[in-house]
Amino acid sequence: MADQQIQTHAISSGLTLIVEPMADVQSAAFCLLIPAGSNYDPPGKAGSAAVLCDWLMRGAGSRDNRELSNELDNLGVQRNEGAGNSHISFAGATLAESLPQTLRIYADIVRSPHLPADEFEPAVAGIIQNLQAIEDEPRQKVMVELRRRCFEAPWGIPSEGTFEGVAALTPDIVRQHFETCASPHDAILGIAGNINVPQALELVEELFGDWKAKPAPAIVTGPRGPQRDHIHHDSTQTQIGIAYNSVPYCDPDYYAAWAVVSILSGGMSSRLFTEVREKRGLCYSVYASLNSLRDRGQVLCYAGTTVERAQETLDVTLGELIRIGQGISTDELDRCKARAKSSLIMQQESSSARASSNARDWYHLGRVTSLEEVRNKIEALTVESLLEYISRYPAKDFTVLTLGPKPLEVNLGVS
Amino acid sequence: MEFHEARLANGLQVIAEHSPSVYSAAVGFFVRTGARDETDEISGVSHFLEHMVFKGTARHSADDVNRVFDEVGAKYNASTSEEITLFYGAVLPEYLPRTFDLLADILRPSLRQEDFDMEKKVILEEIGMYDDQPTYTAYEHLMQAHFSGHPLGRSVLGTNESITALTCEQMRAYHKTRYVGGNIILAVAGKFDWPQVLSLAEQYCSDWPAGGGLRKTTEARPQGGLKLVQKPNSMLQHVMHMAPAPTAASPLRYAADILTVIVGDDSGSRLFWELVDPGFAETADVGFNEFDGSGAYIGYFSCPPEEAQKNLARIQAIYDDVNKNGVTEVELNQAKSKIASRIVLRSERPMGRLAALGHNWVNRSEYHRVADDLEILRQIKLADIRRLLEQYPLRQLTTSTVGPLDELRI
Repeated sequence: MADQQIQTHAISSGLTLIVEPMADVQSAAFCLLIPAGSNYDPPGKAGSAAVLCDWLMRGAGSRDNRELSNELDNLGVQRNEGAGNSHISFAGATLAESLPQTLRIYADIVRSPHLPADEFEPAVAGIIQNLQAIEDEPRQKVMVELRRRCFEAPWGIPSEGTFEGVAALTPDIVRQHFETCASPHDAILGIAGNINVPQALELVEELFGDWKAKPAPAIVTGPRGPQRDHIHHDSTQTQIGIAYNSVPYCDPDYYAAWAVVSILSGGMSSRLFTEVREKRGLCYSVYASLNSLRDRGQVLCYAGTTVERAQETLDVTLGELIRIGQGISTDELDRCKARAKSSLIMQQESSSARASSNARDWYHLGRVTSLEEVRNKIEALTVESLLEYISRYPAKDFTVLTLGPKPLEVNLGVS
Repeated sequence: MEFHEARLANGLQVIAEHSPSVYSAAVGFFVRTGARDETDEISGVSHFLEHMVFKGTARHSADDVNRVFDEVGAKYNASTSEEITLFYGAVLPEYLPRTFDLLADILRPSLRQEDFDMEKKVILEEIGMYDDQPTYTAYEHLMQAHFSGHPLGRSVLGTNESITALTCEQMRAYHKTRYVGGNIILAVAGKFDWPQVLSLAEQYCSDWPAGGGLRKTTEARPQGGLKLVQKPNSMLQHVMHMAPAPTAASPLRYAADILTVIVGDDSGSRLFWELVDPGFAETADVGFNEFDGSGAYIGYFSCPPEEAQKNLARIQAIYDDVNKNGVTEVELNQAKSKIASRIVLRSERPMGRLAALGHNWVNRSEYHRVADDLEILRQIKLADIRRLLEQYPLRQLTTSTVGPLDELRI
């Protein structure tokens, strides 16, 4: 694995800057995380962060809505922004020489947005239509609803918002969300690509050095939804969502947890793909993934299948989740390690992947792990360490949600 | 960047672009076969066959196929369109020989009856899954209506009926005629050794049957019209439209790429400012699909049902204006910046480069370096856009819609 030169700097305001120069690419990418995610949506106002994120892009600094968009387009910035649980994130990539000007624009977006009154309703309309689009995509809908049932509020509340929450928003509420949350404390900027580190550092200090810090707002917690549930939907397929407890990214057990999920669902020789799809032809899509928040994690599984085969699909899937505790082969672990190794090496071909990975590392760990370190941790895993992890975090106490024409039975102990 | 090309005795073409600065190699077999090459009796066979390719050969069992790809840590997949069935993988250079052996071998699948019967269930599930997605339903109906009577109107997935009736013998016959040397292009991008790639191709592909030149293309003459599918429980109205555009071989295709970015990119375009930014639509875009012999503009928007009729009119007003007055120099330059940056970013990964390399060769037998593409882009002028619009104006010729509405006037 090539040597990485990752540098971390505390900017005077408190913002953390992580720079990774990459000599072999022409591009540069950034990932800016602002601690204003949906965890800080006021109770009953789910969607405040989502609306804010859209509204922020509608004019900042010396530019109105159109000028802002045009300037980013002229710089060739391929961008996306979104509200997650913890942060509103802004990410983009472009040719390396355009990065400084791009960062100037994003500094304005997060520090001096216009939040124009006449652009509030259009921003809200867009967020409501996004919620309607999710309703029209049952595969997406079931996973959004599953999170509500396996994570307590606010972590389980959809960061996309809810119809009721968005309806209750006013420009003042969303402006308040910005005023309270947009702060360099817990803000992280990852930059990677063909860049000069001292120049980048100087620029970021200039842009963010005098940003005033505010105290971190409190998070209001609440209960999670029902552990067993069915949502009626007239569709061809039944959507199945299953969740169970695991560990977050910062936990020493994380890599073992990741490997177990990878053996269940990474690659086409994985357990779920083999048992549910290849051997039984029960569905086209089945997967499990490890979903990590800062202090908690859940394994989230999905399967979508026609109504008459849905019960068997649920039974077989639950059976496989439980059965992995009975044994793992060395070959399975070796394949998991091989896939990880190639993923890690190929990450070095993408400035965007490196910029976001470094920023997220800092959020979860307060430091950055090098690819070499990740690789060493994965190489050190053994079948015994995985089984030991499973004994501490067995697949049990499942949250099960189905969405479709008919509810299903949760039959545990079936394989 | 170094480019290599060769042709095996059976007609199979090998193209490869070496980049010293990357960490992986991507390899893909582009088989020139897809839904447009099917008949009613075998509708969906190309896509079903793409699945069956992973079900094993004389040398590899189905379990071996999945296992070995994972053992070498490959990022791999396959896809089927109206025109191309593609099998591809990206791996670290040291695993290229093993990956190549497997990827080449599976293109000669055993096609066993019991595997066929099992995989048929998966295909039917895939059809069911797409049936629940309004955008897919709208696309299927649009293609059928726009290319009515033309091979491009054929469904990639097929239907429940055609897949249920399909036999393993029919698939074997289809494979025998379509997976032949002259119908396949092998493309490699990234870090590799050319003599090694060539010898791997000779070793594993030279005994494949010769043949090719199978597809005859005629330019479609779409008649237009509306296809409305009522879906009462849908929240948004999904509306898609198509009109003729340059073919894959036309020099106007570059102008078409730029025009659709100006008019219908997902942000900063005319459609974005008129429909999405004010909150009249959840999404709105126009793209350019360079089909072999019959290109198409394809536009899509989704919105609250009560906005659908008005959005049709908004789009028409944009199209009328662009057809009459063209676009501005400022718009042209902005689109060029966006596209140039996309080309460069996409090309930084071998997998992204593989797609550009392969499709360019499949459609035109041309090799362009990234620098060539950037130069062509730089040379496009307003006059080129005007010439394009004279020949291929923007229109909502054929429209399909899925959602609660029981009527839409076009």
